[in-house]
Amino acid sequence: MHMADALLSPAVGTTLWAGSAAVAGYASKKLKRDIDDRMIPLMGVLGAFIFAAQMINFTIPGTGSSGHLGGGMILAIILGPHAAFLVMASILTVQSLFFADGGLLALGCNIWNLGFYPCYFIYPFIYKPWVGDSKSPGRILLASVVCVVLALQLGAFSVVLQTLLSGKSELPFGTFVLLMQPIHLAIGCVEGVVTAAIINYVRSVRPEILESMAASRPLGAALSLKKIMVTLVALVVLTGGVLSWFASTHPDGLEWAIEKVTGQSELSEPEQGIVPTLKGIQEWTAFLPDYSFKPGDVEPQKEAASPTWPGIEAGTSVSGIIGAAIVLGMIILIAMGIRCIRRRDT
Amino acid sequence: MSHHILEFDNVFFRYPDGTEALRGINFLITHGESVGVVGANGAGKSTLLQHMNGYLMPTSGTVTIGDLSLTKKTRQEFRKKVGIVFQNPDDQLFMPTVFDDVAFGPLNLGLDEAAVRERVRKSLVMVNGLTLQDKPPHHLSCGQKSAVAIAAVMAMEPDILAMDEPAANLDPRSRRSLITLLKTFKHSKIIASHDLDLILDVCERCLVIGGGCVVADGPSSEILSDGKLLEENSLELPLSLQRR
Amino acid sequence: MTFDEKYFDLGRMDRLSYQETWVHRLDPRTKVIATMLFLITVISFPKYEVVALAPFFLFPVLVMTIGEIPVRFIMKKVLVVSPFVIFIGIFNPLLDTGTAIIISGIPISAGWFSFLSILLKFFLTISAALLLIATTSFPGVCHALRRLGVPSLIISQLFFLYRYLFVLMEEAMRIIRARDMRAFDRRGTDIKVFARLVGTLFLRTVDRAERIYYAMLARGFQGDIPTLKKSHMTATDFAFLATTIALICVFRFFPFTEEIGRTVQGLFI
Repeated sequence: MHMADALLSPAVGTTLWAGSAAVAGYASKKLKRDIDDRMIPLMGVLGAFIFAAQMINFTIPGTGSSGHLGGGMILAIILGPHAAFLVMASILTVQSLFFADGGLLALGCNIWNLGFYPCYFIYPFIYKPWVGDSKSPGRILLASVVCVVLALQLGAFSVVLQTLLSGKSELPFGTFVLLMQPIHLAIGCVEGVVTAAIINYVRSVRPEILESMAASRPLGAALSLKKIMVTLVALVVLTGGVLSWFASTHPDGLEWAIEKVTGQSELSEPEQGIVPTLKGIQEWTAFLPDYSFKPGDVEPQKEAASPTWPGIEAGTSVSGIIGAAIVLGMIILIAMGIRCIRRRDT
Repeated sequence: MSHHILEFDNVFFRYPDGTEALRGINFLITHGESVGVVGANGAGKSTLLQHMNGYLMPTSGTVTIGDLSLTKKTRQEFRKKVGIVFQNPDDQLFMPTVFDDVAFGPLNLGLDEAAVRERVRKSLVMVNGLTLQDKPPHHLSCGQKSAVAIAAVMAMEPDILAMDEPAANLDPRSRRSLITLLKTFKHSKIIASHDLDLILDVCERCLVIGGGCVVADGPSSEILSDGKLLEENSLELPLSLQRR
Repeated sequence: MTFDEKYFDLGRMDRLSYQETWVHRLDPRTKVIATMLFLITVISFPKYEVVALAPFFLFPVLVMTIGEIPVRFIMKKVLVVSPFVIFIGIFNPLLDTGTAIIISGIPISAGWFSFLSILLKFFLTISAALLLIATTSFPGVCHALRRLGVPSLIISQLFFLYRYLFVLMEEAMRIIRARDMRAFDRRGTDIKVFARLVGTLFLRTVDRAERIYYAMLARGFQGDIPTLKKSHMTATDFAFLATTIALICVFRFFPFTEEIGRTVQGLFI
């Protein structure tokens, strides 16, 4: 599943963007040095190929529902980690622009979740050692399923972490994980089978293609597990650091967290805010008969349903709502005005 | 003048899998000539064209333009002198806009920005395609794509223009436009095609390739009216001659 | 969406991006920068913020109006990608039940505010991304990225992907139609057939890449794809960017909506 902008916080979003950009820069540098020129159009056109292939549905046996190809793993198998990562990044970029799959800020997260794990983690350290040069369809099938499942699990888990760290959703960690992981397990199995089927088909029809592509990969492209683990750890530390910085400059988030823990709210400000504005609202009652705030009613109501939400005062909310309605109305008027002007011109 | 003579001297070519595609090709094309290359499928036409800009290197024999002989080192020079237009424009228009495609060649030649823009403008004007400049190729019709593909090659101002099945995907009107355009080109032209009427119309001279050799070489009017020769090479008379 | 629908949808968005309105003529860099700033600002709002997001609707509305982008088209696309966010967001009202405010004696839980906030942010961010591409041709966006420092290898990937996207989709459609014409009842949509289709498409793609490479060599390609510095930022671009940044700051850091509300309230009291 793709991460969405609306669930993201600037801290998490920019951190993941930085991470993905760094990996993309690294992959470009590595490729530029050693790549065979003919790979350049090949990589690009394969991106279009995966994009088109992703649009074709197939029915999943037994369920009748349709599935489609993911791409990260099969690209890694065909092109190797660096090229596959870049191709995946370009596919996701086009998708986020044309189809708004997730959003432009979440693109950093998506490139990481759907590109980094299969290309730089699962493929070099699990698939390649397992399959090597083997042409056995059975081994390829098993390896593909396991690898795709693992890659998707990592990706899904990352979405959970990114959402949680962003703090916009109420879903507790446990529930979220329980929702995401099993679904992606199923998707992963199917995609793994499909990946293997395609590889095996291509190998059976024109084996030299896969071999020549493997041969034209940059030499010395062996990745060290240590480097990858260091990268992952660095990212976690960076995220934590950025987040704590953000927390310290955005006390509301901290307040809210404190309140959740202690059950106490910062009483002074809201109290001061509520009373005079409630008075004003009282005077409004004739204007807006729906609002039945009366000083007498307020006290018991306040006790019965004590606001645990800091910074939100009833009065502010009313003027906020009115303000919002006016602002939106003004925007619509402006738009209509522009349309009228244009119609007059043409 | 001599620097525009293209010569194939006893050229042999064998593919890595052993297929002998060219078996002793000999011909000479002088400046300003229009030469058609005809033959059955698999006779070696495309392979021949691929030698002209060094994509393939002869297994033996030489390919020369003027004083320059084709070697791995001189390939780039050959590509400046020989522009090849392929059958499928989609394979040739690989940049995101028409302008980028036509500018690709000149930029690779190392020209500065002003010169590149001028070349692009001139080439597009030549093919009546100036208005297409900012469009992406997938918004163009087949005829427009063909025209732009030619412009893209002409922008490099090659001495020799070689074309592989230029009219294959064109509707009659676009084909007619192409023929008219080609007749205005003063460059040396080499056109490989099954469209014998086009060759009859555009090329004064015609080579017949069969089994990797030049089977006949002479004026198109003679060769393309020689029914027996054509049939021996899995061809037939051009349609315009058949009606008689 | 079926394959055909996606194909036409993509084509429509692509064609919209080549229109010639004032917004389209702005330098792509301007639009990319403005969009990213817009996005970051929108998602920087706290979890429960709802009303302060209202003025931000000015941007998509203005762009759609001046840029002549069909509203229904954008709405539909926003809707299509909304299920995941709605699914995650709906847990907020279910789980965050502390009362935030009371309207007409009905307590409204904080969770609804955070859910609404998510939905509004979703609409704003998604429409901003769609409107960026709807008003800037994809090559334009790529040129902007290149000028903003993205490595050239990545830019070439994006260029090729875009260029051959429609070509490959058409090729896929031909293969699918060939399949459909022979699949009768069973429709032949199982995995084995799929693998064969995709495998065939893959092989054709590899062959095509070879031909493209040949064409590139024929025009002098030696490893680097050259590009011209094509666009210039004009005074209009700077003015647009400055205005956008100013407005974004005002809307973000001043309680704009509330002030308007309070003023109006004051007028009527």
